[in-house]
Amino acid sequence: MEFDPTRDYPLGAQRPELVTTPSGVRLSDITLDALRAGLLDADDIRATAETIRRQAAVALAAGRRPLAENLERAAELAIVPADTVLEIYTALRPDRATAEELEAWARRLENDFDAPRTAAFVREAKDVYERRGLLVKDERRHASI
Amino acid sequence: MSGDTRRSERFVARESRELRKELLISPWPELGLVAFDGPNDPEPELAVEEGRIVRIDGRGVDEFDVIDHFLARHGIDLDAAAGATGLDDAEIARRLVDVDVPRAELVQLSRGLTPARLARIVALLDPVELMFALKKLRARRRPANQAHVTNLKENPALLAADAAEAAARGFAEVETTVGVARYAPLNALAVLVGSQTGRPGVLTQCAVEERRNLQLAIQGLVTYAETLSVYGTEPVFVDGDDTPWSKALLASAYASRGVKVRFTSGGGSEALMAHAEGKSMLYLEARCLATIRAAGSQGVQNGSISCVALVLSVPGGTREILAENVLAAWLDLEVASGNDAIASHSEIRKTAKLMGQFLPGTDFVTSGYSSIPRLDNTFGGGNYDADDLDEWLTIQRDWQVDAGIEPVAEAELVRVRARAARAVQAVFVAYGFPAVTDAEIEAATYAHDSRDLPDRDRAADVAAGDRVLAERISGLDVARALDDAGFDDVADAVLGMQRQRVAADYLQTSAIIGPDGAVEAAVNDPNEYLGPGTGYRLEGERWTRLRALPHELDPRALAGEVEGGAPFLAEGRSAEPGASPTEVVVAVGPAFGDDLRATINGLRHDDVAAAIVAGIREAGAGVRLVRVRRTSDVAFIGHDGALLAGSGVAIGLQSKGTAVIHRADLQPLDNLELFGMAPLLTLDSYRAIGRNAAGYALGHPVGPVPTELDNFARAKLIVTTTLLHARETAAIVPGAPAVEVALA
Repeated sequence: MEFDPTRDYPLGAQRPELVTTPSGVRLSDITLDALRAGLLDADDIRATAETIRRQAAVALAAGRRPLAENLERAAELAIVPADTVLEIYTALRPDRATAEELEAWARRLENDFDAPRTAAFVREAKDVYERRGLLVKDERRHASI
Repeated sequence: MSGDTRRSERFVARESRELRKELLISPWPELGLVAFDGPNDPEPELAVEEGRIVRIDGRGVDEFDVIDHFLARHGIDLDAAAGATGLDDAEIARRLVDVDVPRAELVQLSRGLTPARLARIVALLDPVELMFALKKLRARRRPANQAHVTNLKENPALLAADAAEAAARGFAEVETTVGVARYAPLNALAVLVGSQTGRPGVLTQCAVEERRNLQLAIQGLVTYAETLSVYGTEPVFVDGDDTPWSKALLASAYASRGVKVRFTSGGGSEALMAHAEGKSMLYLEARCLATIRAAGSQGVQNGSISCVALVLSVPGGTREILAENVLAAWLDLEVASGNDAIASHSEIRKTAKLMGQFLPGTDFVTSGYSSIPRLDNTFGGGNYDADDLDEWLTIQRDWQVDAGIEPVAEAELVRVRARAARAVQAVFVAYGFPAVTDAEIEAATYAHDSRDLPDRDRAADVAAGDRVLAERISGLDVARALDDAGFDDVADAVLGMQRQRVAADYLQTSAIIGPDGAVEAAVNDPNEYLGPGTGYRLEGERWTRLRALPHELDPRALAGEVEGGAPFLAEGRSAEPGASPTEVVVAVGPAFGDDLRATINGLRHDDVAAAIVAGIREAGAGVRLVRVRRTSDVAFIGHDGALLAGSGVAIGLQSKGTAVIHRADLQPLDNLELFGMAPLLTLDSYRAIGRNAAGYALGHPVGPVPTELDNFARAKLIVTTTLLHARETAAIVPGAPAVEVALA
């Protein structure tokens, strides 16, 4: 049955068969018995990009467009290593990156992680930061190097 | 001149009240010290060209600050804006309080409004209208609450026990933090184990620096975060080392790891950070909230969080804070409505402010009720704390309002606390962390606060905390350790939270999780209030549960508790008028010395009767005792007695101890002396009453018996008074004549 974002929330209760971990462990198989049998891996206990996309669809169906867009970005970031995500966050803080560096992050998001929405978001920030003087000032960068 | 400098003692007395420890100031709008209508608050404005927003609230694109740019791209729905253009502010304000306009319609309208317009419209509402709007606009059907759990010693057994108690009391979220950053992993772990021992499904967080917080989430040790602060002017935003884009990216990062996120904002922060730009607190908060919604946050903790006392220093501060909460709810955000930081030294003022959120109900009535004693609250909060719980529960019971905290019996909480402390002990054993001793478990179970907890080796604890991160000890590992130690139900609950991370249902607006793992959110359990009889009402089983406080008494049992001596009055024939002009009658009530045996002050009736008789006799009068059976009213008992007395003077005495000196020629409700303060009457008082009655009978000059005044006696004893009087009244024999009685 097709996923219906207007009816299938909560996914865990309504459509458990659609919910798995990244390695394919089903929600109903995350049990104490499975834990005892050593069948569960901590790094695998997380939402998949697909699950987060479905949550985005639920949010959109409920009329919450910005929340849906946030969750779409989250779905893209789900496969990006945490350290990389935090590097992107740091680059977006005020006076941290040059326009070129932000553009490089945007390209990397597109090319390495298939994350066009997040890439567009970073480019948007670059554009605004240029107008507002929130990019790193070159002289200061040189001074700190 | 002395008249100019002499102080009024009443002013001096008021100055010593707790309230006066805080400053009240007149507005200084240029510094942002103004609740509403700042001099630089712009006129609402929205201009669109070719589908792009080119002006917002008095600024064109070229003047946009970083917040305007963000809102122009993400914050305003142009279709909704078109729908709002034909409506004036007053019409929209009216709809906010129109019971027939559904929430969904109002939320859609909000999506097209600029911050200046949002602020201007909510400012049109008075306090009660704001409360009504908040009730209508709350996202989730049922209100809930969040607890703060910390302690000064960062003791893991106490953290677990307190988290367990908070969970057992029904808090939907438990937040902890650290005094020392390296404790974060252990504190997160202790609160996870404790909360899941108290009630499965409670969401937990550890408020620390973002990188560390995200790592704890990745390891499955926490499930939500609310550390993402937003400010209403660009300079303050940048001083906070963020922009709307960086904060929004961070929110997506948390969501990508299955962490529920709510942002933080609140009035006064821009003024505190000296960049309010001459704008009002409400307008700047409207900018924050519009930004938060645009960033895609499901919710916010707002209503002036840490700056609450600053907002309360200016006129209209409490109303402004409530308006902030209304704005957030109107923008379809989950609202955790402050009330965590100390708002005032004055208990009266603090609670008056609280009612704005408490009565309408918000998604989280506080963004952190200190479920621990204030001295252990390392958030710097504790507006309401563990010692205030009975008050909170009583106010819920008084108003029949669900503000998210449940009464639980002492024995049950002792059991839950001990079990949580033992569970965390087991996890520490499993990983070779510094032992949690049995003495710590006992203290964590029973102690008032961390002062009674043994000191731990803090260097060893933080090293253990480092290991949690280095060895990536996860929620799964915690569940395994609990299972191995025989805490299989707690293990299953911890595992349940890991399942929740996989399904990610709690990323939706206003999500909380029930003990059975069912997610309750604005998506599947929305607030659809449309007037009386609709929406969430505290009734049925939940009302029965919230109103049954452990210290509530059964009045039937209470009424039987009055103990006295053996029956001592022998009833004789019907009483006839006496002939002796020096005779004073003592007329007692229908239950005196019979069904009831003692006064409300605990004096035995035989002792009271003996004292009165002794007083009358020592003053030189004669005495006769009668029982009035037709009435339980002290005035009529006394007057009936006076009509029988040879002197025309009688003492009327109710079983609860209330007495009157009466005279036959007076109207029944008049009297010579009335002693209404029965709780304060002693045997000496009754003896003096006897002497005075004799004095009236003998025609001597009589000074009234000195009486004391206790204005709290009524509040303290009115229930007992009612129960005693009910029993006296039950002993009435309608129309029966008074009878002679004799002391046995």
